[in-house]
Amino acid sequence: MVQHLPPEELLLDYATGTLAEPLSLLVATHVTLSPESRRQVREFESIGGALLESVEPAEMAPGALDAALAEIDAAPDAGGDEAAGPAERPRAADASGPSGTAASVPTPLRTYVQRNFDALPWRERGSNVAEFDLLPDYPGYKTRLLRIRAGAKVPQHTHAGGEYTLVLEGSFTDETGRFARGDVAVADADVTHQPVAGSEGDCICLAVTDAPLKMTGPLGRILNYFVDM
Amino acid sequence: MRQRPAAVAPSARRTGRDSWVVAAASGPIQTGMDPDAEPSSELTAGQAADLLATLAERADRQAFARLFAHFAPRVKSYLRRLGAGDTLAEELAQEVMLTVWRRAHLFDRRQAGASTWIFTIARNRRIDAIRREKRPELDPQDPALVPEADDPADKQVEAGQKQEMLRRAVTTLPEEQAALLRMSYFEDKSHSAIAEELGLPLGTVKSRLRLALSRLRSMLEDVD
Repeated sequence: MVQHLPPEELLLDYATGTLAEPLSLLVATHVTLSPESRRQVREFESIGGALLESVEPAEMAPGALDAALAEIDAAPDAGGDEAAGPAERPRAADASGPSGTAASVPTPLRTYVQRNFDALPWRERGSNVAEFDLLPDYPGYKTRLLRIRAGAKVPQHTHAGGEYTLVLEGSFTDETGRFARGDVAVADADVTHQPVAGSEGDCICLAVTDAPLKMTGPLGRILNYFVDM
Repeated sequence: MRQRPAAVAPSARRTGRDSWVVAAASGPIQTGMDPDAEPSSELTAGQAADLLATLAERADRQAFARLFAHFAPRVKSYLRRLGAGDTLAEELAQEVMLTVWRRAHLFDRRQAGASTWIFTIARNRRIDAIRREKRPELDPQDPALVPEADDPADKQVEAGQKQEMLRRAVTTLPEEQAALLRMSYFEDKSHSAIAEELGLPLGTVKSRLRLALSRLRSMLEDVD
């Protein structure tokens, strides 16, 4: 059971559509694993629905309905609107590896990772930690998968911005508690912590750091790495 | 705020399709809606959900026309508030309504009210078209989905009713709280940007928002 939920305001910003893509990815993956947060997001979305109802309508152009119907006639069975719908189904070929199989990687994340965790070109950062960058070009954020060897201690580190860490496999424990699959740990800038991975298996996390803009320069990039590595 | 009826009917009249538009607005209704309902483009949550259910079953132009009359002008207004110019807002509102037509079979009235469902489509279309980003979204069929432990069916049937209550509840919020909610949902602003714009401390913005949310939540819990 998911114990550590992200702050309400992160879920609210996801529901309103304000959240940047990296954090939306984290929240969409988290709500797949947490019925409680899912319910919360639904509730926030229903407030959006209520606000949509109460908005002052803006008149559509003359003939707008006919134009829509004409388009329907032109392509009556045009399938899903990808932008609005859920992401693609996991492909059967993905359901093989022992780590990060189709059944275990939530769909929102799967569309970004596209293969089993075992098959990823992990970048080793020291003997205990490996990482894989997602959305490397997204400005102002650092998004990555982290793999911490079972039982290993992560070197003490700080973050340039706030860091949100979603556990996907295994677990870790730090000063604030134990985090398992679906849990989200939040660390503010300047918090120093030293997580230890559980012994049951490698701990795989999705970590998103929202470095403040001033930190996106070379210095920021350095600070975004574990300083001890 | 809702005095002005949506304005599709007059424009449709010019197009020669008036016969069925008028029928859609006032004619016999086969979807279990109140037959004495006012013939207008305004829909209750229950009516809107019924119309979506009809669309899911068959390509029903009358049902679509009624949904269009009610929602297209609201979606357009939403998109304009989020910075789309008139032309783009119009175009995207059209696309949102086409998505409503095409994906009506995915609407689950136990999970959400009609306006909530359409809000999420509009929100995602906006992110895609204006912000040019992908919107990572929950997949209800995801094999990794952790199901809700306690999910009594009778509680879920309330979505439409809840929607109606929420719509009213939002109007009873103190204006300072309602304004913050609208900025959060309609202006794509972070809490600190809102604080800056209003000249309020960030903490005040956050606590007012929390107050508004918990107030709405407690009203919803009363329905459960």
